Amino acid sequence: MKARAFRYVRPATIAEAFDAFAEAGGEASYLAGGHSLAPALALRLQAPDVLIDIAHIGALRGIVLDGDSLRIGALTRHAEALTDPHIAAHAPLLRMAAPHVAHPAIRNRGTLGGSVALADPAAEFPAVMLAMGAEMEIAGPDGHRRVPAEAFFLDLYQTALEPGELLVAFHVPIARPSHRWAFDEFARRRGDYAVIGAGVMLDMDGPTVAEARIAFLSAAATPVRARQAESCLAGRLLDAGAIADAQQALAGDLDPPDDEQTPAAMRLHLGRVLLGRLLGGLIDNAAVAA
Amino acid sequence: MTITASVTLTINGEDVTREIEPRETLADFLRRDMQLTGTHTGCEMGVCGACLVLVDGKATHGCLVFAVQAEGSTVETIEGLSERGIIGDIQAAFHERNALQCGFCTPGMLVTAHSMLAPPGVPTREEIRDALSGNYCRCTGYEAIVDAIEAVARQRAGEEVAA
Ligand SMILES: Cc1cc2nc3c(=O)[nH]c(=O)nc-3n(C[C@H](O)[C@H](O)[C@H](O)COP(=O)(O)OP(=O)(O)OC[C@H]3O[C@@H](n4cnc5c(N)ncnc54)[C@H](O)[C@@H]3O)c2cc1C
Ligand code: FES
Ligand code: FES
Repeated sequence: MKARAFRYVRPATIAEAFDAFAEAGGEASYLAGGHSLAPALALRLQAPDVLIDIAHIGALRGIVLDGDSLRIGALTRHAEALTDPHIAAHAPLLRMAAPHVAHPAIRNRGTLGGSVALADPAAEFPAVMLAMGAEMEIAGPDGHRRVPAEAFFLDLYQTALEPGELLVAFHVPIARPSHRWAFDEFARRRGDYAVIGAGVMLDMDGPTVAEARIAFLSAAATPVRARQAESCLAGRLLDAGAIADAQQALAGDLDPPDDEQTPAAMRLHLGRVLLGRLLGGLIDNAAVAA
Repeated sequence: MTITASVTLTINGEDVTREIEPRETLADFLRRDMQLTGTHTGCEMGVCGACLVLVDGKATHGCLVFAVQAEGSTVETIEGLSERGIIGDIQAAFHERNALQCGFCTPGMLVTAHSMLAPPGVPTREEIRDALSGNYCRCTGYEAIVDAIEAVARQRAGEEVAA
């Protein structure tokens, strides 16, 4: 249960990090909060020659309003998602999901960038980025590019990040007064990875759904949009009938993992129950706002 | 070839510089190099909470941080917290309520309790259980630990507590 020997470097800038990565000939890993990487090293699932500690790169920090979107630096800690006023006001779904991520001490150090770069399909923040329609700002030796969340999560633990690239920030469209949102999950114990979870973002036109974005975690090899369920809601009054249709449609959206404790059929059932509760909770909200 | 690196940090108020292997976790560094064995190592993968210390004032798993990452940081262990006397009331409540048996989990429990009781107000039992969700105890069944933390919260808020 101890990591293999490695060299440790602590760059101050993104350029220095790229230099360190190039120098290591590909045998390097970036270290942010380390709260997924350290256990992986202890279990010898990974054994890089060099750890490049990116936690002191100023350009990866900060939460600033930028026109219609909120720019959230990759090094933002999980705990900041609970306390930052910009996140509470403009990216409230992140705030709602954060208490479900691990335990208080892990939230003190784990970073949003680390969670999204890892792309664990059972993790909360990747699914929430998808529900919010965030764009990922990625830096590579040839410059910066932006990738929408839909195009970022490719397969199990596979993302659009090329080896050596850094996730720099998230650009999250800010929540408007017409938006309604909800997040919840089923977990066996508080802090455990969810059996299934979902984030919902509805853009309402009075009591009618103008646009729905629904993203599930622990429901496929990647965090997934429930597009069929979304289209059941779009343009309709948010009522029991529309919700029941969306719940039905989930069978075509989710490809839940199957294991002894939680068969796929059970996950799909729980996904429907969860979606029903989340959307049901938003009916009252919509009525109040109308 | 052993790779080493120099690390300078403050531990329980004392400035320390050591030459260490980067792969050494903060928990191992505290236990082996500093003989501060109150920080326990159980799972060594972030699950049990026995290794919790304060890094720059925040509860942190010593097993999930390499000591080199703590360069320039202020670390406080259960030894420092005890000597400074700032968790005396929590320790007394643990003792009174039998909130420990073998004691293996206790340093981590106390760090979590200290962190959660830092802001003003009396947390609910549900909130206490939530805060303790990353601390495993194989002996007590948790009930007495929740009792002890709740009692301290009430005491600090100036409420009378039935013995
Ligand atoms: C006991 C325990 C319980 C947990 N429970 C949960 C849970 O319920 N839900 C949940 O979502 N997570 C959970 N986690 C994981 C935790 O949230 C991690 O902190 C997080 O997934 C990774 O963030 P990090 O900053 O620690 O990343 P690291 O561990 O430092 O890095 C993770 C990976 O991402 C890469 N990386 C990191 N930052 C960047 C970047 N900016 N650009 C490119 N690559 C990068 C690293 O190279 C590495 O491969 C748990 C962890 C533990 C130990
Ligand atoms: S030893 Fe660190 S959490 Fe178990
Ligand atoms: S008292 Fe023995 S593990 Fe908690």
